[in-house]
Amino acid sequence: MGEAQSTEHRTQNTDKSRTEEKKPVATRDAYGKALLELGEKRPDVVVLDADLSGSTKTIGFAKKFPDRFFNMGIAEQDMIGTAAGLALTGKVPFASTFAVFETGRAWDQIRLTVCYSNTNVKLVATHSGITVGEDGASHQALEDIALMRALPNMTVIVPADAAETESVINTIVDQKGPVYVRLGRAKVPCVMPDDYKFTPGKAFVFHIGKDVNIVAAGITVDMARKAAEILSEEGIDAGVVNMSTIKPLDEETLLTAAQSSGLIVTAEEHSVIGGLGGAVCEFLAENYPVPVKRIGTQDSFGCSGSPAELLKLHGITAENIVETIKEALKK
Amino acid sequence: MTVMTKGKITDVQELKNVAKKIRINILHMLTQAGSGHTGGSLSAADVAVAIYFSKMSFNPDNPKWENRDRFILSKGHAAPLLYAIMAEAGYFPMETINNLRKVESPLQGHPCCKHIPGIEVSTGSLGQGLSVANGMALGLRLDNNPAKVYCIMGDGETQEGQIWEAAMTSAHYKIDNLCAVVDNNELQIDGPVEEVMGIQPIHDKWEAFGWHVISIDGHDMEEILKALDEAESVKGKPTVIIANTTKGKGVSFFEDKVEYHGVAPSQEEFDKAVKEIRNG
Ligand SMILES: Cc1ncc(C[n+]2csc(CCOP(=O)(O)OP(=O)(O)O)c2C)c(N)n1
Ligand SMILES: [Mg+2]
Repeated sequence: MGEAQSTEHRTQNTDKSRTEEKKPVATRDAYGKALLELGEKRPDVVVLDADLSGSTKTIGFAKKFPDRFFNMGIAEQDMIGTAAGLALTGKVPFASTFAVFETGRAWDQIRLTVCYSNTNVKLVATHSGITVGEDGASHQALEDIALMRALPNMTVIVPADAAETESVINTIVDQKGPVYVRLGRAKVPCVMPDDYKFTPGKAFVFHIGKDVNIVAAGITVDMARKAAEILSEEGIDAGVVNMSTIKPLDEETLLTAAQSSGLIVTAEEHSVIGGLGGAVCEFLAENYPVPVKRIGTQDSFGCSGSPAELLKLHGITAENIVETIKEALKK
Repeated sequence: MTVMTKGKITDVQELKNVAKKIRINILHMLTQAGSGHTGGSLSAADVAVAIYFSKMSFNPDNPKWENRDRFILSKGHAAPLLYAIMAEAGYFPMETINNLRKVESPLQGHPCCKHIPGIEVSTGSLGQGLSVANGMALGLRLDNNPAKVYCIMGDGETQEGQIWEAAMTSAHYKIDNLCAVVDNNELQIDGPVEEVMGIQPIHDKWEAFGWHVISIDGHDMEEILKALDEAESVKGKPTVIIANTTKGKGVSFFEDKVEYHGVAPSQEEFDKAVKEIRNG
């Protein structure tokens, strides 16, 4: 992990048969499952939700551990403050709602009572990005990473699949301090190897490429891998890095990637302003300036439609990653 | 269990004397700092002194003692009040109060829990303390910890929507190990609360939200103590004390003056004020 891996390892990881045997699972479902298991093992874990427990999947925990579940009603600001108070009595609160409401509605509360007060609150938001789909722009958080990343003391994590989500939840329960975990509504393919274990601040390297490296997080990791396969057939060596911790960024791995290829493409289901692309650019501009192309929403809101249609509309696809890279390599 | 306070004060006259000392130290801090919130620090002084010195169990040598009672100053701009009390209680050396609002001082303009163990949570952005108090009260209840939680809000502060979200939560979860106080001095920054954005009838509002409401003269130490006892005895619902107070209380030329919300005394005003408080 975190280092360029051998070609042998790479072929093993891009082997389709492995991923195809596992059905796509939504990261929110993995969260619900992880919470249930934690509830059993950890009496200090408490869960809060704001009238969306069926959607965020905290409902399983709510049913099994009703004394440790607090439905706060449609009151996100109060939910965050209450979570901070619970943390201050030694509990490990997981507070969940949709990403728009979690980070937007309650930003000042997160800033003051979670980050500035450095309380041990885990903010796990679901329904991030445009794959929310038909509900449209009001429900599609495309700025949440930027909002959370700007806050001192905050760790920001975007898991790529169900297995990584479970590993993240089981890890952050023991990490002191504020954490934001960004999950999605839609089912996503399983991309991480069976033996993978999440380490905060450590990117997972599928392969470091010589021509370009794609830095992805969340649902774009799968797209990045597909893009790399297509490019490899055309003789372009494209690497793929799963930058699941966006803050603190794995600077070492990013530097290795930039040094190896001299071209970086970021891909995220978020605005290119302030998200993964922004974080990567900030680091590289100061430390190892190389050309960067950022794939993501281009300073726009989302809209209604099916997740696949919306991803295509915003160019968040393997095909667009391929096109962007070919275009950039021409220059 | 070891005794974890210096000994609670039950004598009314003694509490009044402590309150005088706290008022003088508030004004000293503000004068030294040259800025800060005078009116709201003085209006809440009697209630805060009563809570800290007659009701709460705590241990300044072990600020994280798990059975301590908790105090949250939701109206964080009254930080000088909290600092004067904590210095008096022994959380930090008295000299520290000379450094209010100075660079790298633990006495930040608004309370910061990172700098002073014993401050439970950082405040300053109004409207948030009651939610945190609820969370603490729920956490204590889960642990069967008998500790209590106190939270002081401003009356203007209750214009914040989050206060009413939290008010619903306290009642919904029948949080009775919590006592909230509204420092009802009827002033905020831009003028009288009723002119800026009326909050009346507050007694009825809190009652309608499912609270046990006690309205008192927030400068009458005997009434304050009685109300705090009553709050402790009420079970199955949260209690709020509406403390009817005077902004700037104790210094005639600050009293009921909206302009002394966020202005520190001059040296001359300080000297005059101290005389008034001593003689009062
Ligand atoms: C969210 C928020 N908005 C605005 C302010 C600026 N502010 C500081 S004190 C204050 C007035 C508070 O009035 P009140 O709650 O009545 O306090 P008191 O009269 O006791 O000083 C305001 C608006 C703030 N601190 N937080
Ligand atoms: Mg007021």
